[in-house]
Amino acid sequence: MLTSLDKFNPGEKGTVQKVTGEGAVRRRLFDLGITPGAFIIHRKTAPFGDPIEITVRGYQLSLRKSEAQSVLIEKE
Amino acid sequence: MLRFGLAGNPNCGKTALFNELTGSTAHVGNWAGVTVDRKEGTYKSKTGENINIIDLPGIYSLSPYTPEEIIARNFIINDTPDLIINIIDATNIERNLYLTTQILEIDCPVVIALNMMDIVEKQGDTIDIAGLSSILGVPVVPISALNGNGIQELMETAIKTAALKREGKSVLMDSHIKDAILEVQKLLEEHDIPHVVFNSVKLLEADSISLENPLLSDHKEELKNILDEIAKKDIYNDVEAVVADLRYKFITEYCSPRIKRKRNVTDLSPSDKFDRILTHKFLGIPIFLVFMFLVFHFTFSEALFGIEGLSSPGVFLKTLAENGVGIFSDFVSSLLVKANASDWVFGFVVDGIIGGIGSVLSFVPQILCLFLFLSILEDSGYMARAAFIMDKILRHFGLSGRSFLPLLMGFGCSVPAIMGARTLENERDRKITMLIVPFFSCGAKLPIYAMFTAALFKENSDIVVFGMYLIGIVTAVIAAIILKKVVFRDENAPFIMELPQYHCPRAKSLILLLWEKLKGYLFRAGTVILASTIVIWFLSNFSFSLEMVGSGSADSILGVIGTVLVPFFKPLGFVNGSDGWKAIVAILTGLIAKEAVVSTMGVLYTPSDGGDALENNEARQALLAVVAASFSPAAAISFMAFNLLCVPCIAAVSAARAELNSGKWTAFAIGFWIFTAWVVSFIIYNVGTLLGF
Repeated sequence: MLTSLDKFNPGEKGTVQKVTGEGAVRRRLFDLGITPGAFIIHRKTAPFGDPIEITVRGYQLSLRKSEAQSVLIEKE
Repeated sequence: MLRFGLAGNPNCGKTALFNELTGSTAHVGNWAGVTVDRKEGTYKSKTGENINIIDLPGIYSLSPYTPEEIIARNFIINDTPDLIINIIDATNIERNLYLTTQILEIDCPVVIALNMMDIVEKQGDTIDIAGLSSILGVPVVPISALNGNGIQELMETAIKTAALKREGKSVLMDSHIKDAILEVQKLLEEHDIPHVVFNSVKLLEADSISLENPLLSDHKEELKNILDEIAKKDIYNDVEAVVADLRYKFITEYCSPRIKRKRNVTDLSPSDKFDRILTHKFLGIPIFLVFMFLVFHFTFSEALFGIEGLSSPGVFLKTLAENGVGIFSDFVSSLLVKANASDWVFGFVVDGIIGGIGSVLSFVPQILCLFLFLSILEDSGYMARAAFIMDKILRHFGLSGRSFLPLLMGFGCSVPAIMGARTLENERDRKITMLIVPFFSCGAKLPIYAMFTAALFKENSDIVVFGMYLIGIVTAVIAAIILKKVVFRDENAPFIMELPQYHCPRAKSLILLLWEKLKGYLFRAGTVILASTIVIWFLSNFSFSLEMVGSGSADSILGVIGTVLVPFFKPLGFVNGSDGWKAIVAILTGLIAKEAVVSTMGVLYTPSDGGDALENNEARQALLAVVAASFSPAAAISFMAFNLLCVPCIAAVSAARAELNSGKWTAFAIGFWIFTAWVVSFIIYNVGTLLGF
């Protein structure tokens, strides 16, 4: 079962299976290392509940839940 | 002269390397048509050779989606530099190499500068540099841009490499999409299209820039057939995703094993632990507020940490600057008196030139203070966290978290706030932020509120002043929403932002940055701002028959203009009666600096009193009495709101002009400010009058 990244809680991790959506945002996610096979750890959620912070390919990235929605992950 | 381009990810130490290479020869401009820094400088090699270094914008990829990426790409392809120095953050090598895999596809010699080696060593990690170099097929030189280590070796290698020709190579050639690339490549080779490998891959990705290549315009049909044929096969479904995936696969398979890390990815670094507190669920926001308070406290407080008489660095330097201008002004005055200068020469030199420059120079210390703090927050990595914390709130107004700091700076001074908007990645966010910054009531507008509340609202002055700030914020919010819906109708910009590791800001880079900003500001102060203040001084002192009629008299050009403009201001309520034009002249002189509104009103409303209503108490009392008699409460609020929202001072306008980098947009901004001020003042006056004020 795939879970979209916006549903993750701090500390949860998994491997990206698919990135949905299209155009510039999708390409941006690829360029920053969120490609199928990438290992992602959800670090935290901002104080107001959005955006979120993840670790991917050894660095920290912040993205909004609306963008995280298109990242589908096999949870570990 | 050899020309080297400097390319790399944001936050990889590119600026530090550029500063180290070019030192004082650097100069900053804008790339044509966009507000993206274009930095150029000269490196002098040991053998006496001069090399032109061009700093490309920090980018993650060569996709056709952001202005920065398009600039970097066009530069490498069209301006044919002799070599690209690709700088890579050795502590974050996987993502940094992703850009490298694209750069290597271009027909241009490349040298890789593996930066931050000092940190790698400190962490106890090791990198097999020779191995990395043989996999990538280009020289790799370990450096530490901040300490200057390895830079000479880097440049020696670069000069040697630049002499050799290099053809683009793709890491995708070992993959299953090799055949498709070769097919497109064949077509490009037939028609002598340069950068064959790079363009083949991009065409396969349906990249808009490569598709629009004018050299291909005669062969579009042919190309389309080939691409369509390829797309029919299942494995080429969604090539963009496949290519990105293959690049990262190549990196993790061949490059990552060259790095031996001591720490596991899941472990927390010291920076991560620090971050846990700074962006903590409950502590994050209070800590942020404390930081902001300290910034303003250090810049504007007259009593540092509550100690009477101990002024903050900002106030101390400001007083110093003002005293300096005062002494200089007195000195010149005495010279002019000795030389029996005529009245107009005296007025022109002392009030026009020195007064004009003085008002601008006295801003400098506080502008620099605010900008220094802004840069420290940016440099340390905290700014990205502040954006992370505030994003949710600002998104409702069509902005992103990144806008928060510039907007907050607006409460201090619009000039650094507008300059700080440059840190915003998205063009639309940047423009909206600059347009609404002046609505955040700056320090110079406070004397206007102070004067009116003392004259008309003694009982509840605090509420009125607070109310003015609130009017500004509410207007800014509404304006942002309207701008987003009406002017910038594109979709919401994504907020996908790297959160760089925290590090201690370096004095050297801060000083260079401040010096750059100061230079820009002083240049404008000496040209546009000075010229404008002289024009306003002239208009307020001379009549149309070029007789000197004294500051702001009804016969002066400004006085006549004010009288002509009365109908425009009539619906706003503060130009009623025979004195109406005076309020307009005060607004116009407020363009020099908003404090000037009060001084002008002093001169106009109480001409018999000599003193400056800003400083002299008697003059002030006289002015208060007249103002109380001439303005109804509703008219007074309307007048204050107009000064708050209307075109900011010339210094801020010229900063906006420099940042918007377009005459058309500057004109739009000015029109937008006047329009907003008029509408809000109109509403305030009419609603206020209806309610009986």
